[in-house]
Amino acid sequence: MSILVLAEHHDGKLGSATAHAVAAAQAIAQDGGGDIDVLVAGENVGTIAEAAATLDGVAKVRVADAAVYAHQLAEPLGELLAELAGDYSHVLAAASTTGKNVLPRLAALRNVAQLSEIISVESADTFKRPIYAGNAIATVQSDDALKVITVRATAFDAVAGSLQDQGSASIEAVDRVVDNALSSFIGEELAQSDRPELSAAKVVVSGGRGMGSGENFTLLEGIADKLGAAIGASRAAVDAGFVPNDMQVGQTGKIVAPELYIAVGISGAIQHLAGMKDAKVIVAINKDEEAPIFQVVDYGLVGDLFEILPELEQKL
Amino acid sequence: MKVLVAVKRVIDYNVKIRVKSDHSDVDLTNVKMALNPFCEIAVEEAVRLKEKGVASEVVAVTVGPKAAQEQLCTALALGADRAIHVQTDERVESLGAAKALAKVVEGEQPDLVILGKQAIDSDNNQTGQMLAALTGRPQGTFASEVVVEDGKLRVTREIDGGLQTVELVLPAIVTTDLRLNEPRYAKLPDIMKAKKKPLDVKTAEELGVEVGSRLTLVKVEPPAERQGGVKVGSVDELIDKLKNEAKVIS
Ligand SMILES: Cc1cc2nc3c(=O)[nH]c(=O)nc-3n(C[C@H](O)[C@H](O)[C@H](O)COP(=O)(O)OP(=O)(O)OC[C@H]3O[C@@H](n4cnc5c(N)ncnc54)[C@H](O)[C@@H]3O)c2cc1C
Ligand SMILES: Nc1ncnc2c1ncn2[C@@H]1O[C@H](COP(=O)(O)O)[C@@H](O)[C@H]1O
Repeated sequence: MSILVLAEHHDGKLGSATAHAVAAAQAIAQDGGGDIDVLVAGENVGTIAEAAATLDGVAKVRVADAAVYAHQLAEPLGELLAELAGDYSHVLAAASTTGKNVLPRLAALRNVAQLSEIISVESADTFKRPIYAGNAIATVQSDDALKVITVRATAFDAVAGSLQDQGSASIEAVDRVVDNALSSFIGEELAQSDRPELSAAKVVVSGGRGMGSGENFTLLEGIADKLGAAIGASRAAVDAGFVPNDMQVGQTGKIVAPELYIAVGISGAIQHLAGMKDAKVIVAINKDEEAPIFQVVDYGLVGDLFEILPELEQKL
Repeated sequence: MKVLVAVKRVIDYNVKIRVKSDHSDVDLTNVKMALNPFCEIAVEEAVRLKEKGVASEVVAVTVGPKAAQEQLCTALALGADRAIHVQTDERVESLGAAKALAKVVEGEQPDLVILGKQAIDSDNNQTGQMLAALTGRPQGTFASEVVVEDGKLRVTREIDGGLQTVELVLPAIVTTDLRLNEPRYAKLPDIMKAKKKPLDVKTAEELGVEVGSRLTLVKVEPPAERQGGVKVGSVDELIDKLKNEAKVIS
């Protein structure tokens, strides 16, 4: 049987998480066999489909291009996926807010369980996933004929997009247009930033409550500029209104796994660690030498961030 | 408008969990249990809707063992009017919970169901979406604002790139994100009063619903421990280590 991967896309571009989800699909195909198809659903998504067709390992890109699929609302997309799922043994999506919104709906419509945020493929029916904010790793086996799975992007290396490759996937239209009388899109307020995307950045610099204010986050910007880093935050910093919610790293925010994570004025609550402890190298700057964050760092610097950050920026 | 709130009994979020030595599961013996934080937010939102005169009745529901009645009592103390306990000793996962909740929805016909976005034990983030699918209702997940207007629901959702607003027809399903509200604490007199509020117990069999999980938990392991690292004495030393030892900056 084959595997369907729901493509992630925003602003007319294929989301980088898709290539990670395809990598998970490849790991499944290695055990269970079968082709990997990608579904691109949206409105005016032709170029996105072309980009998806260049991903290594993809046999076919199916394109559902209609107004009702714009903004990938869960109600029409769940219904479409439930119809298409009959052709597949597995349906995968990145564990993004889109994947998390839509895939459980598909699973329930097909009366099967869903596996959230897998971090490894043991076999075509057995997967590992973190539970309890990553404080335990469960190995879970599904007996359902259809496996519906969201994939933690940072746990799978992205497949390459080989534009020049002659053998790129075929593109096929999905004609089915479902109705949606239940929900409608009103608007979006998206954060604008020239920095790398948080969940894909090689370096992340995050600030916590210790930053004291939103203005003080400019102290992190200079450092992020020098390191080509994305800027993240703890929930306390978001709650205090220092920065917007899309910057939150943690159990209930974004999961990051950069080469380098620098936590500034963050105490290291388990809910925060859940989002960043897979970083290769962790640095913490905190004035409290007892702060729990120091138990997971590679390099800890005890001191006042208001003195350390300007010096760090200058010396980098 | 009638509001149903689904609440789950989970480990207290401050507790550091341990994995059992035989790796069969997490060890929950003598561990402090509580209302899932996202469910507290769900109860709070429902109670505020009632205080604003938008909701007429708030009904709290849980699916789980006898002990989960403690969490129903918490919901009642926080302001729910009555509670329904779907009792089962099976290991309930999101699909099973959603099926039981769908049965309760069929009987109660609420205009709005509020759930947490995620239970902090399984970290599934599925039940609300599944309930919406099973009942054919629209869903406003990861909500940071909920407004009832002209018989419709406007939900602002926390998405990866920022915020999205959708409009849903009623009846609808909402799941809560952290910033939807800040839950109140139950006061002692409210806790006393809660004991007198109606609590209706039904077994899953009586409801005619299969709540058991079809996923097999093969094993549970502790995560790879990070080696606690070193303290560096200065910014110069930090930069030197990052360049020459960790080689993550150049
Ligand atoms: C259900 C639930 C989900 C949650 N999800 C998340 C999540 O996804 N992500 C998340 O981050 N949190 C999450 N939390 C919150 C989490 O429990 C902590 O409250 C939060 O992470 C604390 O943030 P903080 O470290 O910035 O703040 P604090 O714990 O207040 O720590 C601030 C730190 O700054 C240091 N500091 C202060 N001033 C200075 C200075 N001048 N120089 C140097 N250091 C200084 C202090 O020593 C302290 O260690 C969640 C909580 C719940 C209940
Ligand atoms: N057994 C249950 N009983 C009642 N509500 C539940 C149960 N399991 C999950 N829920 C609800 O669904 C939300 C999300 O849970 P989950 O999808 O399992 O992460 C929780 O915050 C609850 O509101």
